[in-house]
Amino acid sequence: MDSIIEGFGKAFLLILHLDAELLGIIFLSLKISGIALLISTACGLLVGTLVSLKRFHGRSLIITLLNSFMGLPPVVVGLFVYLLLSRSGPLGFMHLLYTPSAMIIAQTILAFPIVASLCHSAIISIDPIIGQAAMALGATPYEKTIITIKEARYGILSAIIAGLGRVMAEVGAILIVGGNIAGYTRVMTTTIALETDKGNFELALALGIILLSISLIINALLHIIQRKGAIKTNR
Amino acid sequence: MSLELIVSNISKSYPGKPVLTGCSFSFHDRGIYVLMGPNGSGKSTFLRICALLEGPDRGEVNFYSDGILINNDILLKRRITLLLPKIGVFNTTVFKNITYGLKIRGLKESEIERKVDKALNFVGLLNNKGQKALTLSSGETQRMGIARALAIEPEIIFLDEPTASVDQENTEIIEDIILKMKKEGRSIIITTHDMAQAERLADRLLFMRNGKIIEKGM
Repeated sequence: MDSIIEGFGKAFLLILHLDAELLGIIFLSLKISGIALLISTACGLLVGTLVSLKRFHGRSLIITLLNSFMGLPPVVVGLFVYLLLSRSGPLGFMHLLYTPSAMIIAQTILAFPIVASLCHSAIISIDPIIGQAAMALGATPYEKTIITIKEARYGILSAIIAGLGRVMAEVGAILIVGGNIAGYTRVMTTTIALETDKGNFELALALGIILLSISLIINALLHIIQRKGAIKTNR
Repeated sequence: MSLELIVSNISKSYPGKPVLTGCSFSFHDRGIYVLMGPNGSGKSTFLRICALLEGPDRGEVNFYSDGILINNDILLKRRITLLLPKIGVFNTTVFKNITYGLKIRGLKESEIERKVDKALNFVGLLNNKGQKALTLSSGETQRMGIARALAIEPEIIFLDEPTASVDQENTEIIEDIILKMKKEGRSIIITTHDMAQAERLADRLLFMRNGKIIEKGM
């Protein structure tokens, strides 16, 4: 128990005297997770909207796959991306293995099904009368789609929050494809794993506290926005 | 410029159920047309087809402006509107609900503000401008739907059972609004199954029977 308290004490000291290395790790984590979340949100919203509003052959299969892939094991995704990007893999010529780009690809693959599937749920929950009302007011099919997405905005925000949770907490996949190279692909979660292995609990704890704080702040902000849309009846 | 609607021999079926069976009518005078008929007789389908929200299986719906056929559906849809029985409230303020039809027409902000105020004043909801639309009462919601339709200044307005879900007090208010709309020179086509209301409002009374429209003299 004493070592845990001592660990927390040292961790807080480390946070107070944020050094360049620690800051670098935090910024790299935010950059990689942010880009991955941005890409998975753009693709997820597009696919989620398509499967919600369009009827086409294979639609049910896509929905089933998206739902199934929500629980993709990160290490399996890491292995899959590793095989794709390794020198002998089909995308080996791009020389992306052990780079931040490889980590972004892995995180995007993990977050995309979550964002797409939850966007789909949010959009199909909007009463079709909304789209009909827009059409009756002169909207084109494109404008009808936009108003439907706009009405689903709070649900879509939940999808993004879930995607954020996935990318921020991820360690298995990015460890495999990023290689945990100091100053280049070392992020908060992989550092925590490494420092724990080394028995350097102060740094691991400090990063854990920072990771939790960032996650809490972002989620709290998104939750505040979401609460604004709490009124939900359809007339 | 006045808009004339000619419906020629339209038919529409839903799986296993014919709804309209060779329905024809010509709406060429301004004023209030009231279409009556029992539930499920095809009144709403007829209005949806007239408002170009869906197409007929057979037959034609044509609009003429000063005798010239209008072929452009997008332009045409901007001159007519339909108020659905459940109006479809957008999850935002009353003001933003009303601005929707104006924004998609690309109007300037100052013009939008003026038209919204005019429409809200017309239905007596000017004081509710900043209110969240989903917190309005049923009657107020229906009136907001009318304001949203009126703001785009349609030449023909279709109202599908506009008082079906409101109390007596709001029914009277909405009927007054409809009569005021008529005074402004709009063509109004309204469905109802309330005979007394039809008699209060109608310039021309129509009945939907066996998927066809029959006119009844007033």
